[in-house]
Amino acid sequence: MKAFLTLTWTESKLFLREPAATFFTLGFPLLLLFAFGTIFGNGPASAPGNVGYTTRALPGYVALTIGALSLLSLPITLATQRDQGILRRFRVTPLRPTTVLGTQAAVNLFMLVVSTVLLLVAALTYDVPLPSSVLLATGALLFTGTAFLSLGFLLGALMPTARAAQSVGMALFFPMLFLSGAAIPQFLFPDWLTTASLALPLTHVTRLLQDAWLHGQWNGTAALVLAGTGLTSTVVAAWAFQWS
Amino acid sequence: MSSALSFQSLRKTYGATVAVDDLSLTVEEGEIFGLIGPNGAGKTTAVECALGLRQPDAGTVRVLGMDPQEASSQAFYQRVGTQLQESALPDRITVRETINLFASFYPSTADSEALLDRWGLADKQHASFASLSGGQKQRLFVVLALVHDPDLVVLDEISTGLDPDARHQVRNRLREVRANGTTVVLVTHFMDEAQALCDRVALMNQGRCVALDAPSALIDELDASYRVWFDAPSDFDLDPLRTADDIQSVELVDGHVQARGGDDLLTAVVHRLADANVSPNDLHAERATLEDVFLTLTDDSQLPTSSSPDLRD
Repeated sequence: MKAFLTLTWTESKLFLREPAATFFTLGFPLLLLFAFGTIFGNGPASAPGNVGYTTRALPGYVALTIGALSLLSLPITLATQRDQGILRRFRVTPLRPTTVLGTQAAVNLFMLVVSTVLLLVAALTYDVPLPSSVLLATGALLFTGTAFLSLGFLLGALMPTARAAQSVGMALFFPMLFLSGAAIPQFLFPDWLTTASLALPLTHVTRLLQDAWLHGQWNGTAALVLAGTGLTSTVVAAWAFQWS
Repeated sequence: MSSALSFQSLRKTYGATVAVDDLSLTVEEGEIFGLIGPNGAGKTTAVECALGLRQPDAGTVRVLGMDPQEASSQAFYQRVGTQLQESALPDRITVRETINLFASFYPSTADSEALLDRWGLADKQHASFASLSGGQKQRLFVVLALVHDPDLVVLDEISTGLDPDARHQVRNRLREVRANGTTVVLVTHFMDEAQALCDRVALMNQGRCVALDAPSALIDELDASYRVWFDAPSDFDLDPLRTADDIQSVELVDGHVQARGGDDLLTAVVHRLADANVSPNDLHAERATLEDVFLTLTDDSQLPTSSSPDLRD
């Protein structure tokens, strides 16, 4: 337990010392919140239905954080640590492999919670209300975060080098950012594009979070897709993972 | 006396390449033991089998009585410390954070302040890993190998990247480590280091152990354990030297005459020179070194230079 806590604390500090990871996880979602908040505001007429633009967009910014952690930060960290022989060095200590990987999950979930809290506080500027059910919203956050991080472990297992992880991570992250509804609301999309976006796993994260936060509902379809993605990724990652 | 590490008929292949072939040797507790040999001799592979990083194809490995493949990693790595080739730490981690992190992996640890002090890193505690020099990184890895006060420490190419002064320091520190009760296994391509430091060395070539003894004993076993050098006039006839009984070989190296032979070499050379009425310039004799053992027993191989560390075998 001492090893797990010390490693988690150390990795968290290292995470925050990495400018790119900090920007995409903590800075970028806030940037979008304020940019689109300034453009669209949060008035009753700013989006369809009775929900204001920024209130409606907020779960998307959380989804964006989940995407950045899972597609960029986690796989790049794992591939870099493998590349540089850091994982190999850990192997010749009493540290259990599950502790090393569990630490990465803990650090990224911790950063997700920090980013979400920052977003919620910043959103007060636009009078965005707290989710109707805080319990459901928290459950949705941890469920989508955990399921999507499995995808990050899969990428981290499959990518041979840090450079490859970075390129592939970017190539996956940016299309999902724009098409999943995380950054740009889907009510602006043509119908065919909304349908096509269901092929992107991050779309289901966005929808599950939106339904839980805005309507207090559990989106069973999205949950099923994410559970399937998460389990498959975990199994393949566990099979493919290399320490050196 | 019980053994700290033993290989019995160890064999490890990578595809068609035989990295280690029928290797048997035993390291006793309390020794500084050197594993030497040319690049690709199988030293690192043998060490990786001992550390549980690779599974042998055949043979047995025992480390402090444990089988590295069977023992739990908790039990095993609490008693074994190691500094690996080709490992690194995150760029932005500081020396102090690194020590605290690795110390947290073990139930009991050595005094880390004293370790940092002894290995010359006390004033680098807040420096990031990336800002350390090659030698400082190397010493940090040694500190990490010793942080839990292990019974056996395996150091793979510890002196690569160190300047001569630092290498001298490292030798003294390693003697202290041994005095502290830790068995030291040293993989090195610095023959002077192995000769000065090791109680016994195993010389590996092409996956096999070709010699195993104390460095001085290995040198004694050479047919030509002494060398004599001198400068002679250009018309000096080498033939009388070549035919002398006590002289093994005579050759011209860069214009200097070099004779090799056993204990009576110097007397024999001086007699022949007196017979020929030649008074040589710059005559000196030297005892053979571990490097000569290395060159003799690995014939077709070249001694790697200090700038080319051993490749992964």
